Amino acid sequence: MSAVATQYEVVVGLEVHAQVLTQSKMFCGCSTDYLTAPPNSNTCPVCLGLPGSLPVINRRAVEATIRTALALNCEIPEFSKFDRKNYFYPDLPKGYQISQYDLPFSRHGHLDFDVKGEARSCGITRVHLEEDTGKLLHAGAIEEAQSSLVDFNRAGVPLMEIVSEPDLRSADEAREYAMRLRAILQYIGVNNGDMESGQLRADANVSLRPVGATEYGTKVEIKNMNSFRAIHRAIEYEIQRQTEVLDSGGRLVQETRGWNDARGLTVSQRTKEFAEDYRYFPEPDLPPLEVSREWVAEIRASLPELPAARRERFITAYGLTPYDSSLLISSRPMAAFFEETVRLGSPAKAAANWILGDFSRLLNADHKEIEESSVKAAHLQQLIQLIDSGVISGKMAKQTFEAMYRAPDPGPALEAAKGSSQITDEGELEVVVDRIIAENPKSAADFKGGKQQALMFLVGQAMKATKGRANPERLNALLREKIL
Amino acid sequence: MTLFQRTIRELHQMLIDEEISSVELTQSVLDQIDAVGEKTKAYLLVTRELALRQAKGADERLRANRDVRPLTGIPIALKDVLCVQDVVSTAGSRILKGFSPPYSATVIERLEAEGAVFLGKTNCDEFAMGSSNENSGYWPVHNPWALDRVPGGSSGGSAASVASGEAIAALGSDTGGSIRQPAALTGIVGFKPTYGRVSRYGLIAFASSLDQIGPMTRDVFDSALVLQAIAGHDPRDSTSSLRPVPDYLSTLRNGVKGMRLGVPKEYFVAGMEPAVEQAIHDAVRLLEQQGASIQEVSLPHSDVALPAYYIIAPAEASSNLARYDGVRYGYQAPGAKNLIEEYMATRQQGFGTEVKRRIVLGTYALSSGYYDAYYLQAQKVRTLIIEDFTRAFEKVDALLGATSPTVAFPLGAKTQDPVAMYLNDILTIPANLGNVCAISVPCGLADGLPIGLQVIAPGFREEIALQVAYAFEAATDFRKLQSPLMRAAA
Repeated sequence: MSAVATQYEVVVGLEVHAQVLTQSKMFCGCSTDYLTAPPNSNTCPVCLGLPGSLPVINRRAVEATIRTALALNCEIPEFSKFDRKNYFYPDLPKGYQISQYDLPFSRHGHLDFDVKGEARSCGITRVHLEEDTGKLLHAGAIEEAQSSLVDFNRAGVPLMEIVSEPDLRSADEAREYAMRLRAILQYIGVNNGDMESGQLRADANVSLRPVGATEYGTKVEIKNMNSFRAIHRAIEYEIQRQTEVLDSGGRLVQETRGWNDARGLTVSQRTKEFAEDYRYFPEPDLPPLEVSREWVAEIRASLPELPAARRERFITAYGLTPYDSSLLISSRPMAAFFEETVRLGSPAKAAANWILGDFSRLLNADHKEIEESSVKAAHLQQLIQLIDSGVISGKMAKQTFEAMYRAPDPGPALEAAKGSSQITDEGELEVVVDRIIAENPKSAADFKGGKQQALMFLVGQAMKATKGRANPERLNALLREKIL
Repeated sequence: MTLFQRTIRELHQMLIDEEISSVELTQSVLDQIDAVGEKTKAYLLVTRELALRQAKGADERLRANRDVRPLTGIPIALKDVLCVQDVVSTAGSRILKGFSPPYSATVIERLEAEGAVFLGKTNCDEFAMGSSNENSGYWPVHNPWALDRVPGGSSGGSAASVASGEAIAALGSDTGGSIRQPAALTGIVGFKPTYGRVSRYGLIAFASSLDQIGPMTRDVFDSALVLQAIAGHDPRDSTSSLRPVPDYLSTLRNGVKGMRLGVPKEYFVAGMEPAVEQAIHDAVRLLEQQGASIQEVSLPHSDVALPAYYIIAPAEASSNLARYDGVRYGYQAPGAKNLIEEYMATRQQGFGTEVKRRIVLGTYALSSGYYDAYYLQAQKVRTLIIEDFTRAFEKVDALLGATSPTVAFPLGAKTQDPVAMYLNDILTIPANLGNVCAISVPCGLADGLPIGLQVIAPGFREEIALQVAYAFEAATDFRKLQSPLMRAAA
């Protein structure tokens, strides 16, 4: 045993599968709705793999793939083709998956992201297009199920595979990479970013090597991580596990391991000796594709502002910190919520703090996205105004926000906050009015002389003195009474 | 002459002249099926009711003179590899026993639109893999010229039905000669169009990059009629060509005067029967007399076509046939304890020997570590064969040769020797690999058994193949030859 424990460098690459938001499937006209449609209702001879059926390429899915590739700074070759990946499984109706092997739609890209405000870049090996499989439903736990049912509604849904280079060096980097990737997919409108329902899935290849080594260590593929938190935890676990094996003089085996979120560990699924030989070969039912430069230019021109550019703009235009900007742009709806709140009149810093603070905390606890909340930008803007004008205290605002968040309609909670803080005691108001008249004798005289504007000024002063908690109509009446 | 002995052209005239009805015609063919069906075993399924119903519909169409097409009311047989909605379609395999597809192939829809009458599904080698029809998952087909001999394959049932009067015409499919070789062995015309000319949608796949549907008819004119009806782009088949379909009849009678015809020296292969060789020389001379200029040409890579084919076709087949796993349709082995067992038992019991042989061959050829040496190498050979044809067609308009090196052989003669069986297709395979079209037309008899002349034309120049074949047919009496089974019944 060496006296000094070996220091390891972590090497991680991610393979992300993202369903493409198209109306119809990859190779037939069936609807892509597999989440709500009755089982096997969105199927046809093509996606069921019936004898004699043939695939026809969905051009929109190809366009979405090229769109994604361009957003990830990839090269788009002029020629591409589909290949067959052969394996047997009941959810794979043809006995092969139409995928892409040696001539994918794109390669050699990179994704820039940041970890706690520090810039990072990860290479993108390729973005390719394939078809999703059906779904197996087991009668009970898979180990003891007596039967399984297959739903082919998902079979043939277009699926992009985004493969990164092994450039990620920690679980933090992997998580931030995945989050930025999800943001990009949302920004360009090709995927809804929903990991829980499996519309976005990630697998990680994790290996360790002694610091300074140039050869890669034995890699382990981790599957079944369906949240960013799971990605982080699974990689952390795997780093720990591999470190322990290596430190104790053991050897790692190349294998696929599944992440068990409930138990917080990875479990071996299959080792390399049992790896499938997929017998890839060019799909003879689909001619090779020529991707015209005009088409690529058209798609490039239609790309919206991407997360990295928006982050820069948030820093320069709104004076936000790089960290806050990164968090805000990580979700397209959240960035939009922020900009709308500012447009309605809120200071940027306050809007960002609310969104990233209380709002995010509540959303995270409920596993909800910002666009699912009943609180809209206008509500937040009004709340911030109440604080800024001193109507309610910061502490009260937090309670108010939570009440707004919990209610199906945030309006009443907002109104109640205004109302509950008002001074209703007439005596208290009289004291204020007397003091304002005493402090502003000239204005009082002007009003007495018939200048209505002077009254407005005095009401304003009284509102200021009460931090907006007075009823302006009541103040108006009291001032008239006292001066006239 | 009895109705079932006639050609589409003759029958069409009789139908529009109201000399006969389609119901009468269909009944005549069904009667012949009743008379000789047990001898040829050409059909796996006779769709009697469907045929008579369609015939009635065709008669209404004829009486009303509403959109009458050349195939309206004509009884046609369909190779079992073609999907017909709600009609059992098994590709001659037990693994699809009882399978009724919920949809029809594009060619079926086109024939329906023409008003054709469907007689039933014809027997074939399982998944179209074979050259003698002995690989049928059900029973072998007998040659109407000599019942102890094979009709060729894989479209043996379609060929036998046309040769015996059990159909006026038939559709076959040709991956390495499966239309042409049985046509030659049964004395009929069989035409393999260029890959991409006819939609494959609904054709149960054997080898996707080679399969092509085509007509099997009594004469060349009828082949032109059937091809005209089924050819053309189909948005459901991405490999079908967008090229417009010419009017085949308009050039059919143009003759061969001034045409340059090539005779590939490599097509006189070892093992070719002398009578076949003689018949081809005679045919070439006859076309020369008709005004064609003849020259010998070379297709130097012909000898490697067969081995390349037996890599590419099984490779694609191994993948195409993976879907027959017992999970969703077709045969499912009983009693399996788990998924892997079920897969293995279903495929072990459901597929025949030749199909399993080719699945193993193809799986091997695509396996990691062997792909480059086999599949990729075979694709390179395919490119050389395409180039052979391109160069030859710079010198000549069409090529002439035998369709099969032998006449029909006795049942059982080659079943124990797969390679001897494969050699039957040595002259037909290059046209599939080379993306060209080829037609087989009767050119004589040897000991009472038919011989076929193969005319090969460039890709998408079906009109040239038809024109040469028609000129040959018109200059001879071979089209009048009828199988004993057809003659006897008449």
